[in-house]
Amino acid sequence: MNQTPMNRYQLTRLAKHVGKWALIAIIIVYAVFPFYYAVITSLKPSSELFEVNYWLTSLDFSNYAQIFAQKSFLQAIGNSILIALSVVLIALLLGITASYALGRVRFRGRSTVMLIILGVSMFPQVAVLSGLFEVIRSLNLYNNPGGLILSYTIFTLPFTVWVLTTFMRQLPMELEEAAIMDGATPWETITKVFLPLMWPAMATTGLLAFIAAWNEFLFALTFTLTDSERTVPVAIALISGGSQHELPWGPIMAASVTVTIPLVILVMIFQRRIVSGLTAGAVKG
Amino acid sequence: MTTTLNESVPTDTPSARTRKRGTKVRRQRVRAAWTYLAPMLVALALVAGWPLLRTFYLSLTDASLSDTTGAAFIGFENYLVKDDGVWYGLLADPVWWNSVWNTVYFSVISVSLEVVFGIIVALLLNAEFKGRMLVRAAVLIPWAIPTIVSAKMWAWMLNDQFGIINHLLMGLGLIDAPLAWTADADLSMWAVIMVDVWKTIPFVALLVLAALQMLPKDCYEAAEVDGIHPVKVFFRVTLPLITPALLVAVIFRLLDALRVFDVIYVLTSNSSSTMTMSIYARQQLVEFQDVGYGSAASTMLFLIIALAVVVYLYLGRRQLGVEK
Repeated sequence: MNQTPMNRYQLTRLAKHVGKWALIAIIIVYAVFPFYYAVITSLKPSSELFEVNYWLTSLDFSNYAQIFAQKSFLQAIGNSILIALSVVLIALLLGITASYALGRVRFRGRSTVMLIILGVSMFPQVAVLSGLFEVIRSLNLYNNPGGLILSYTIFTLPFTVWVLTTFMRQLPMELEEAAIMDGATPWETITKVFLPLMWPAMATTGLLAFIAAWNEFLFALTFTLTDSERTVPVAIALISGGSQHELPWGPIMAASVTVTIPLVILVMIFQRRIVSGLTAGAVKG
Repeated sequence: MTTTLNESVPTDTPSARTRKRGTKVRRQRVRAAWTYLAPMLVALALVAGWPLLRTFYLSLTDASLSDTTGAAFIGFENYLVKDDGVWYGLLADPVWWNSVWNTVYFSVISVSLEVVFGIIVALLLNAEFKGRMLVRAAVLIPWAIPTIVSAKMWAWMLNDQFGIINHLLMGLGLIDAPLAWTADADLSMWAVIMVDVWKTIPFVALLVLAALQMLPKDCYEAAEVDGIHPVKVFFRVTLPLITPALLVAVIFRLLDALRVFDVIYVLTSNSSSTMTMSIYARQQLVEFQDVGYGSAASTMLFLIIALAVVVYLYLGRRQLGVEK
């Protein structure tokens, strides 16, 4: 056996190793614990709700049964799905054509358009609240998913266009040259040449737009009035009990977990895409 | 970002050999470009441009929520007006200035914390270790959780009577009695900052990580050979190199923080110790139905954010210019 004490080099190496894994453990616990705690709270019967436990103590689904028995919660989920999918569809449709123009064609005013898009994406939503309220009411879309689909365009569209333009620029120009030589119109170039290549980028931006629309709160709170037209974030925020001081935490946590699990699964599956989409908008753009 | 705007498009008109045919193709392409931009521009005008102009205009009227079209023009009375020797209006309202201060305080502290912790997480994720992808996925979770849901989760953990945080702190002997995190005026702002920081570290970390992964490996090898302390290497090499990415992350986060609404609405609702500009504006607009006055607050918020962007871009460009 080697009896000589560890030299300083080995000691610092060990300390670094331990330190690194301790830091990793802290970060994981910090990131995941609130969600984990919501899950275990949601699985408690109401009688045990006010005992603090760090581990799963029971598997009681009564909180879930309670929220799924409420028609308004199911309607809210339906509204959220409808709105988020429509928003994604519109953003991608307008985004792909606009990004072709911005990414592949040089024309006067291009930088101005890019600046406008960047400006709109930096907009505080409250700044347009009263004006948008007017627009939505004059289009008869108040308290209607249509109003939210329209208003969500303000934050999904600039972002989608920006990221798709970055991707569009990276495609090799030989492809387009060949298409032009063959006499393809710009529309044919977009649909037949670029669209098949843009699927990964569209999946990424679509996913990010979906998450943004699913999570939006201010417009959803302001432009809807009745329970049947709410989206899930508003529905959860407005769950209330007998008084302000006794919120039904069990059902709130059950609803929170229900609307978050699809997102967590999406993140797990598509983490690489999400990361590339988030950073493409900022680092490369 | 601004540099890219001036960058040339890689695929312009297809090269010199087709220049003669090029002009016709080129004109066709430019026309097509505007055609394809039109729907997007119309959509942005409808949801952003026009509503913004209307907000500016409504701030000069006495509009109420039930009737915005028949409102009378009252000039700058919503902003500032002297009546019987007393100043009234938004700019004379201490509650408004309190919310401006709260917003600035919240933004500066939370963005600073996010940047520091974001860099730490990014440096860690940049190192090679087993299960790195798993850690990255775990770190992404707070980002994906809806703000409302994260606010509710934290509200439950911070609950004064039954919350796990008070339980934990009392168990560790750090506090003697439960703290009212979201109700206590001295603590509620920190509760809000805590939740916001938790939710947005992933975003900053990912942007920094992307920048770290593009750094050249050779200067680190050189530094290691020369036996330079890693901390020194970080401040002398890494930090200057990732500064452009950091500036982008900070501006994105700062703009988000200055318009913060959801997390505060859920955690502390309209409490004055955490009231921000967005909360104030919406309260005037919707709860008090005073569209004119609320629009004035919205317009001020817009101007303050625009000013922040201009100052930031100016300072950022100057700093980058000096380093180059």
